[in-house]
Amino acid sequence: MAKPAIMEWIDRRLPVTSAYEKHMSKYYAPINFNWWYVFGLLAMVVFANQILTGIWLTMSYVPSAEEAFNSVEYIMRDVEMGWLIRYMHSTGASFFFLTVYLHMFRGVLYGSYQKPRELIWVFGMFVYLVMMAEGFMGYVLPWGQTSYWGAQVIISLFGAIPVIGDGLTEWIRGDYLISGITLNRFFALHVIALPLVLALLVVLHVLALHEVGSNNPDGIDIKKHVDDKGVPLDGVPFHPYFTVGKMPQVALFLFVFCAVIFYMPEGGGYFLEHPNFEPANGLKTPEHIAPTWYYGAFYSILRAVDFPILFIEAKLGGFMAMGGAIAILFVLPWLDRSPVRSWRYKGWMSRTAIIVFAIAFAILTYLGGQPVSTLNGIIAKICTVIYFAFFLAMPWYTKYEKTKPVPERVPR
Amino acid sequence: MSQDGVNESRRRFLYIATGAVGAVGAVGVATPFVKSWFPSEKAKAVGAPVKVDVGGLKLGEMVIAEWRGKPIFILRRTPESIGVLKDADFKSRLVDPESSLESQQPTYAQNDTRALGDELLVLEGVCTHLGCSPKFVPEVEPQTYDADWQGGFFCPCHGSRFDLAGRVFKNVPAPSNMKVPPHRIDGGVITIGEETV
Amino acid sequence: MIKKIIMAAGLLFGATTGWAAGGDVHLEHMSPDMKDTVSLQNGLRTYMDYCAGCHSLGYARYNRVARDLDIPEDIFMENIVFAEDAKFGDLMKFAMSAENGKAWFGSAPPDLTMVTRVRGVDWVYSYLLGFYKDETRPYGVNNAVFKDVGMPHVLMDLQGLCSSAPHPAEDAKIDPLTGESIHSDACAGYSVEGELTSHEYEEVVYNLVNFLNYMGEPYQMDRKRIGLYVFAFLAVFFFVSLLLQKELFKDIKH
Repeated sequence: MAKPAIMEWIDRRLPVTSAYEKHMSKYYAPINFNWWYVFGLLAMVVFANQILTGIWLTMSYVPSAEEAFNSVEYIMRDVEMGWLIRYMHSTGASFFFLTVYLHMFRGVLYGSYQKPRELIWVFGMFVYLVMMAEGFMGYVLPWGQTSYWGAQVIISLFGAIPVIGDGLTEWIRGDYLISGITLNRFFALHVIALPLVLALLVVLHVLALHEVGSNNPDGIDIKKHVDDKGVPLDGVPFHPYFTVGKMPQVALFLFVFCAVIFYMPEGGGYFLEHPNFEPANGLKTPEHIAPTWYYGAFYSILRAVDFPILFIEAKLGGFMAMGGAIAILFVLPWLDRSPVRSWRYKGWMSRTAIIVFAIAFAILTYLGGQPVSTLNGIIAKICTVIYFAFFLAMPWYTKYEKTKPVPERVPR
Repeated sequence: MSQDGVNESRRRFLYIATGAVGAVGAVGVATPFVKSWFPSEKAKAVGAPVKVDVGGLKLGEMVIAEWRGKPIFILRRTPESIGVLKDADFKSRLVDPESSLESQQPTYAQNDTRALGDELLVLEGVCTHLGCSPKFVPEVEPQTYDADWQGGFFCPCHGSRFDLAGRVFKNVPAPSNMKVPPHRIDGGVITIGEETV
Repeated sequence: MIKKIIMAAGLLFGATTGWAAGGDVHLEHMSPDMKDTVSLQNGLRTYMDYCAGCHSLGYARYNRVARDLDIPEDIFMENIVFAEDAKFGDLMKFAMSAENGKAWFGSAPPDLTMVTRVRGVDWVYSYLLGFYKDETRPYGVNNAVFKDVGMPHVLMDLQGLCSSAPHPAEDAKIDPLTGESIHSDACAGYSVEGELTSHEYEEVVYNLVNFLNYMGEPYQMDRKRIGLYVFAFLAVFFFVSLLLQKELFKDIKH
């Protein structure tokens, strides 16, 4: 098909057609993609939802200690269909994390972080890190009881850092307590700064991916076998097969997403927490205060260290454990020494490790929302040890275990 | 990977069908975003009808009320000025003497005095040119801008002139008569923002 | 592994039923009915007569309530709204100042617009049924659900005053002949008799809590209704896009 003259004109000035070909119609995705590979796309859908609903919420939200809570109820009650926009945003937050967690786990299963895809993983981890900050600051904005006391706990964490801790918390708050001043700066970061950074990181994540090409459930390099035009024999164009062709999966996802929005927007108290329907009150701590479910695992790790380690007191130890749990994810590409990528061809040790790790992570997530008890404490400690052992022992069990041979071509 | 034996027409049909359903979905998604821009319940409450007691308003006097953030002129006109408004010669100096532009007043104010019962005029005090609020100049005497001034409203921003029924004179920047808001008169009380049924 | 995931999910959602503050206190179950307009109207009536003196519904507007509960404006303004200068579109703020509240009750009576979202309907229902005589408290009453609450028993005229903490039956008894549940009064004896029987009083409280549940989320009926349209749309979209997907992936199967 001949290019229309207008496209010719534009292409000589801006590489629209070649960019479209590079990233869509001539970007070859492996033929053996399975359902795990839909979560990246779904995360993008939720991201778009967050940006759009977020912009609209900003139109009616008032970032001040006096008016924030009122303005959220104003959105829910007085703005026409404002409740829907707000529920789309609050539910979207949880689903953003859900899709990203599954997307990351996919990477772990199939070794998508291995050479030459280390940078993709690192950019992805930065996306995740910024999301955590974004989610936390967003949760403060409604200025309810969970907002306030959640912020109190999280900001206090930085007080554990020796020497500068107290000054640092004061600097973050901009006040001697969490106040409207804190709320205002969190608002600015939540609606402008962090979304910009997030968008940029997502672009870098995708650019890095398209430079080296997608991994696949078998961990086979599809670029090794190409036809006479240089098209991978085991690849299909990303567009339309994994764009339009993935619409049914998107629809299924939206079913679940909308079921929450329309029939259980509070998510049983996990997506919108009950105390947050009460305005922030700095003199009254709610009886049960827990972080939103998506921070549960790291919060559990923080709480699991309730004893001093050598000369490190428990508060600092917990903070370091939590920070370490996040930081260690960044270096995952260099911990895996296996000659194969996918767990399908790794040895029994890797396969067991991945399953046990996933279960431990799920339990930690669950425990993060539960009150402290002796039994919970013991389970959290065990799971914390498993969490770190999975990463720290990885260089050995991946290197010395017996792996299965990886086929040259994608098995049909 | 091959495209041999592809049923092109079926494929095109499915593309169009999916696109059409997707477009319906896009309209559905857009709905809450569009709707949320209409006046909220709060705005509607602030913009609710306003009651003004005009029992004490003397002939030839004007009070200014506020409704939806706009100045509302309420004027009790003298029999002389009502006579001028109905005078054919005077009307020939106006752009739209019969108030035929429907958007500028409710149907019950589509008459020579643009009012319910000739005496009480209720008018949005906003010039139809660029939104300044015209000055009330009731004196019947020659003015610098009009030698034959019969009383009316003069806009200081760009010199638009209106008569005592808010009708615009010819050869001024304002294109149309000033707006008469929906209102109701119950004895001495005017309710602005509520229709006369 | 899949079993474990399901179990974990079960734990997650199983844990959601009893969130309300108070821990191990037994709560009576109540299921709100947003379609029962008469119940909502009665609940509003009770609220305005007994609760509105101290507790605002400050995030809601009169006109919205009148519209949702099918009450015409003039009847509503005459019978429901007691504040002299209140306008139909105003927020329902009618309570005492926070300072007065603090002086009279120990802490300012909270706004109750979202009380069912904070505490849950079961909690509010049980709380209103849970007052009993306790001379050691400033107002001579205590509450089985909210220990040492500062609030007096404002519905005492109706319920009377239970002489000791009421113990609701854990399981409703069923009459073997009719199959209907036998109503048993959770309160063993009254030190002050009320105007209503315990059954009538429970109905008053049901209506009141039903109304408060409406208050917490006045748009909940809209939400559920629109949800159905969205599901219907998604079903169509899923079907059409699935056909397209099958058509496209014929290329790959060759």
